[in-house]
Amino acid sequence: MKLIINGCEAQVSATRLDALIRELDHQDQWVATAVNGKMVPRDRRVAHALKEGDRIEILSPMQGG
Amino acid sequence: MLTIYGKTLSSRLFLGTAQYPSPAILADAARASKPALLTVSLRREMAGGKTGSGFWDVVRELGIDLLPNTAGCHSAKEAITTAQMARELFGTDWIKLEVIGHHDMLQPDVFGLVEAARALSAEGFKVFPYTTTDIGVAERLLEAGCEVLMPWCAPIGSARGPQDVQALKSMRGYFPDVPLVVDAGLGRPSHAMTVLELGYDAVLLNTAVAGADDPVGMARAFALAVEAGRLAFESGMLEPRDMAVPSTPTFGMAEFS
Repeated sequence: MKLIINGCEAQVSATRLDALIRELDHQDQWVATAVNGKMVPRDRRVAHALKEGDRIEILSPMQGG
Repeated sequence: MLTIYGKTLSSRLFLGTAQYPSPAILADAARASKPALLTVSLRREMAGGKTGSGFWDVVRELGIDLLPNTAGCHSAKEAITTAQMARELFGTDWIKLEVIGHHDMLQPDVFGLVEAARALSAEGFKVFPYTTTDIGVAERLLEAGCEVLMPWCAPIGSARGPQDVQALKSMRGYFPDVPLVVDAGLGRPSHAMTVLELGYDAVLLNTAVAGADDPVGMARAFALAVEAGRLAFESGMLEPRDMAVPSTPTFGMAEFS
């Protein structure tokens, strides 16, 4: 299905958020996720079904002031 | 010792982790200055998990407590969601809350700031709000649940130092028991020392260290200034006098005429 991942269109085969994180080769432990503007906690990714056109944010630790 | 949200901090210096020439220099700067907290952020991850990974390995090895920020957020909603994601990612409910109100000056949007502070405090966050020296806003932040205030002394990254010392003094005087941290605008160790001498509890800085020719040396210089400023405040400084006052005793002077 087609998703918007971190602002870019992407075609993926995953249908749930935890599978998407694996498909994109992210380390589950070091990313935080949101779908359509709402955070999805790590332990709820497995139950979170994705829909065509969902806007996914995948964030990781970064330098900050 | 400085205690915020029930936690006693090891130093009065909070250090940002951005803009260093390399992760190794960031690590050396942190070791040289021993800050109580390191500020960090979160950004979009690139596929393959390589975004900032060198930086993150270094920060974890340092073992210093982290203060995640909501830098770049321009609305309460963005800041709240970012804070929720930061809490999970960094494993802390401490959050440096930034809601930016103006692109060029990076002033806080104090309306969104109070709104986000209230919502996050209700969710159990320990909010460190980046604010101004406006005492009315400060009162609303305290009502919203904040137990610390972080006023700027000049625009973020401007290195201008305290622009309105009287406003900083008024804030300190009005909130004698609230931990106050100057966040943003410091450029030189003497700036940090000035606000510590005024009785501010700590400083948070980044660009002044990371942008120096020698960030490690500058980090150490700031640590010394913070320590000296606090010691001076605790030791009771003289008030300025209008006229000269001799320091050498005048009695017992010889007469040669």
